[in-house]
Amino acid sequence: MNMSKKQYKKYVKTKVTKSPLFKNMIKAYITGGIICTAGQLLNDSYLYFGFAEEQAGTLTSITLVFLSAFLTSIGIYDKIAKHAGAGTLVPITGFANAVVSPAIEFKDEGYVLGVAANIFKIAGPVITYGVIASVVSGLIYYALG
Amino acid sequence: MTYLWAFLIGGAICSIGQILIDKTMLTPARILVMYVVLGVILGSFGVYEKLIDFAGAGATVPLTGFGNVLAKGVKEAVDKDGIVGIFTGGLTASSGGICAAILFGYLGALFARSKEK
Repeated sequence: MNMSKKQYKKYVKTKVTKSPLFKNMIKAYITGGIICTAGQLLNDSYLYFGFAEEQAGTLTSITLVFLSAFLTSIGIYDKIAKHAGAGTLVPITGFANAVVSPAIEFKDEGYVLGVAANIFKIAGPVITYGVIASVVSGLIYYALG
Repeated sequence: MTYLWAFLIGGAICSIGQILIDKTMLTPARILVMYVVLGVILGSFGVYEKLIDFAGAGATVPLTGFGNVLAKGVKEAVDKDGIVGIFTGGLTASSGGICAAILFGYLGALFARSKEK
């Protein structure tokens, strides 16, 4: 390839910064996609067994949370997460992982201020901001309704 | 067909999160908070429900779906109970997931072998 030093530098820079992001995105895409597909399979199974649509959705979340908590407690989820990045963070399984991980980490500080308090270390902010946002949306909905 | 869309949309929502991680250095907690709040916003406008209609679990499983549950719950509760619904709707609708996270989170921590010991 014919290019000046400057061009080459520029070229390298785009490659160096681009390739890990792209690779990470693909990994996140595939893992996240698989988790969502598994969720769809669970949801359809619950529907098949006669649960109402809303119940099936809730049961799907509960099952995914259970699986994630289990896989986290035996150390597998974090191993997958190391490669999958946002693919394991963004689905609800990542939320469950964020509940269990700090609880395990602070286990030696006791069951009250260690495990129980740290269950909410990341879930707390998520629930706090989620609930506040929902109240704001409710206020607007009520005012307009 | 729903399975393909669940994979494609769910994967896409996750890879957006990956861009945030790699490009903005946001902590996972902040990303999760952003996703939930975004889900509430999209849910309250009724946009998210349309995504769920064709992507199914591809839209409900990512944490934006959790936000949508909060927003939807509040809407339904306001329709039913009026002003009280603003307070009760969100947590009522999301209680299953939150309870499961607390319960299984606690049990998971209980049974996990502490790494330090």
